[in-house]
Amino acid sequence: MNELNPSGWRPAMGGTSPADAIQTFTGNRALQLEEALLFELGSPDRSGVDFDDVGDIDLTALGPLARSHRADLPGLSEPETVRHYTRLSRQNYAIDLGLFPLGSCTMKHNPRLDEKVARMPGFADVHPLQPVHTVQGALGAINELAHWLIRLTGMHGVAMTPKAGAHGELCGLLCIRAALEAKGDPREVILVPESAHGTNPATAAFAGYRVENIPATPEGRVDLAALTARLGPDVAGVMITNPNTCGLFERDLKTIADAVHAAGGYVYCDGANFNAIVGRVRPGDLGVDAMHINLHKTFSTPHGGGGPGSGPVVLSEALSPFGPLPFTARQPDGSIRLIEEEQANEEHPQAFGRMCAFHGQMGMFTRALAYILSHGADGLRQVSSDAVLNANYVLRRLDDVLDAPFGGAGPCMHEALFSDDGFAEGFSTIDLAKGLIDEGYHPMTVYFPLVVHGAMLVEPTETESKAGLDQFIGAMRSLAERARAGDQLLKSAPHLAPRRRLDETLAARKPKLVYKPA
Amino acid sequence: MRYLPLTDADRSAMLSVIGAGSIDELFADVPAEARLSDPISGLPNHASEMAVERHMARLSANNITAGSVPFFLGAGAYRHHVPASVDHLIQRGEFLTAYTPYQPEIAQGTLQVLFEFQTQVARLFGTDVANASLYDGSTACWEAIAMAARITKRKKAILSSGLHPHYVETARTMAKFTGDFLDASAPELTTDPDDAALIAKIDGATSCVVVQYPDVLGRIPDLGAIAAAVQAKGALLIAVVTEPVALGLLESPGSLGADIVVGEGQSIGVGLQFGGPYLGLFGCREKFLRQIPGRLCGETVDADGKRGFVLTLSTREQHIRREKATSNICTNSGLCALAFSIHMTLLGGEGLMKMAKLSHLRARQTAERLAMIPGVTVVNRHYFNEFVVTLPKDARQVVRDLADRQVLGGVSMGRLYPQVGSLSGALLVAATECTSEDDIEALATALTEVLA
Repeated sequence: MNELNPSGWRPAMGGTSPADAIQTFTGNRALQLEEALLFELGSPDRSGVDFDDVGDIDLTALGPLARSHRADLPGLSEPETVRHYTRLSRQNYAIDLGLFPLGSCTMKHNPRLDEKVARMPGFADVHPLQPVHTVQGALGAINELAHWLIRLTGMHGVAMTPKAGAHGELCGLLCIRAALEAKGDPREVILVPESAHGTNPATAAFAGYRVENIPATPEGRVDLAALTARLGPDVAGVMITNPNTCGLFERDLKTIADAVHAAGGYVYCDGANFNAIVGRVRPGDLGVDAMHINLHKTFSTPHGGGGPGSGPVVLSEALSPFGPLPFTARQPDGSIRLIEEEQANEEHPQAFGRMCAFHGQMGMFTRALAYILSHGADGLRQVSSDAVLNANYVLRRLDDVLDAPFGGAGPCMHEALFSDDGFAEGFSTIDLAKGLIDEGYHPMTVYFPLVVHGAMLVEPTETESKAGLDQFIGAMRSLAERARAGDQLLKSAPHLAPRRRLDETLAARKPKLVYKPA
Repeated sequence: MRYLPLTDADRSAMLSVIGAGSIDELFADVPAEARLSDPISGLPNHASEMAVERHMARLSANNITAGSVPFFLGAGAYRHHVPASVDHLIQRGEFLTAYTPYQPEIAQGTLQVLFEFQTQVARLFGTDVANASLYDGSTACWEAIAMAARITKRKKAILSSGLHPHYVETARTMAKFTGDFLDASAPELTTDPDDAALIAKIDGATSCVVVQYPDVLGRIPDLGAIAAAVQAKGALLIAVVTEPVALGLLESPGSLGADIVVGEGQSIGVGLQFGGPYLGLFGCREKFLRQIPGRLCGETVDADGKRGFVLTLSTREQHIRREKATSNICTNSGLCALAFSIHMTLLGGEGLMKMAKLSHLRARQTAERLAMIPGVTVVNRHYFNEFVVTLPKDARQVVRDLADRQVLGGVSMGRLYPQVGSLSGALLVAATECTSEDDIEALATALTEVLA
């Protein structure tokens, strides 16, 4: 046992090992294996797949554009392929290895049951354009998830097809725009508070709106007076993130929504942080008109090193008629219909259109549905409770060694926000973040939100144990003290990762995006 | 609640550290009238792993799966064989449960995969560079149109009538809000695409011409001729590939002169999945590098001079540029890109060509067999693995009747173009290396019965 690590499972430290001095012939270090690029390993003659040999076949039906040369793509045999990717996988940090405290990105345990159900043939091996009566189970799963999303948010309808959070934001804004245009009242401006996600203004601009920023209060929430003062006949709506990027609940959301509605606009809520309130608060009760839900955050579908995501958008009664195609509808006889272009004119004439081919991220829907069913209504309420408890525990146990700019503004929600205030001269957030790598953790979200200098946003999520948090807190305390004391070794961290700090400026100045033989 | 590690003892110990009497106190900022005191009613409580699996298995069983019957659907989603090691490798936790590689020192696995993926896509498409993937083919197509408008500072995009109608609808939705003008029309049932008519539409206001290759009827447009005409007017040619396996036997769009090549990568490694998640592919000429939407992975060195990879040129992205961002992309399809890359590595150039040959052979055998059925006419002269037949009946009904005989016989053009009467008798038929000679015979027999 020691003070930093009360659970007592920190390995022995210190001493100079001969290992530090050993240079190996291969560059490998026992289980830490270097791996060449596949273009340096493979050959277009080699293949890891056997096909029936059809010999020389008649290719005249291809016409004049038939290839004259085989594509220059290196192949590997199956064992070489398995080794190449297994070796590469070991250069990655992942939630399966340990805590991933990324604020606003929400990396929680990924149940393997969800992977299993997504691979059931009725979901994985059906074509999106099969006759509707041959895919009733798949459509039923979509409809069932849609039902949960509507009930959990207290909304009226849901657009399932957006392929990621930002795509969902766009969907919500297009619904607002379509609704206003249908009234003959096209408006020009979307208000975006500083405490909202950085993607929000980009989305509003992409949807053809002029973006005006609304300041945050000193305690990190929307400035209600500034927002209501700006409302008027040119404002189409506001985009609010709740809980916001400072990890705080926007207490005034209902008041804001009432004011926006009175001024003829709509309220978009960025639901990226819905995991903090699921089962405890329904956005519909707060006057929200549209909100996307990142299924991978709230309902734990794996992030996969960058996606795929899925961003269904729940809609109020006022906006539901404008949602995109396609969508599902349960019939009185229990069968599920698919409303797409063919049925739209009669049954959904105000739809703003289609956001993508086919029906959205089915593979994410099945994973999210399995997660939701596993937790149920009681479990989802416990999810938000434990997520918020864990975040507040981290906040309280670190606020004596790290500056917590809004620590006095009330409980945080699912994430705790710190700054680099108090670090020694020349030391900043990035040094602490890279030091965390040496401690065996993925760094927290850094330099976000922008309203805080040197921001560090820590989100433990509900799937971390108290003992696990205690060890993480110990590591954070140790690093905070080193940053305050100006420990020079921290400036060049990480020292123990597969790579040391990478030259990002070089990569941007002389972009090398594809392999070219020397 | 098997996913939640905290015990009640942990919870009370933590609450006392925080100085709160209960969890409810932590939600004090929620207005009282919006605070729910109990679990939301009308929804079931938590269920065991066994119960959830049983429920999902019941839903799964209530579908006719592609692998269980003779299967001939395409139209932008194709059933190919995916080697077992692909799914095995993407399920390694270090890939499956990793985040976006923003901390490159501990994300070299994902980053090297993306660099290799970019190189594979660029070589497949015949482009100088490629990105780390987009959501899917349809959104990639729109992003390419938006990029062409930025580069040329023109607003008019000409969409070939052979472009997949869902891709057209996606672009139409976006264009409504960005002020771009789209010139699009439905296809006609002709043996070859009318490239001359397309070329005749190009004028000085045209930002780009979008051509699907092979097109939605399976025909193969003359990209080289179109590219020359487009570029003579200062516009860009965007080629759209919804079946990348075709490039195992057809010249790459880049080598034929396309400026931007986008595509749907689902055929390689990803699987049907009822429409998603899929994989948007995006390649272009190097001179447009700083206009590419989405993520890019670049090679660099670390502090010890070792080769390594980082995400780069992110200053174009929306979380950084806010209202000046140039695309709606905030992520990529990382895991699908990994699956594509592993499958492509297993295939290599040789394997891709064999897979394409077998797919083409099965399609030709299917076309030849269907042409023997009275009333059935094959429209295409040239095709890769997909072609159109005309039927004496509404193809929507024929497809349903075939399904009742346990044959998934193709995609009716009427479903894709409900407003175009002339297409209601047309059926789009696709074959791949998964199609057996028995499947072809089963389709022919069932179709003969249905048309009788």
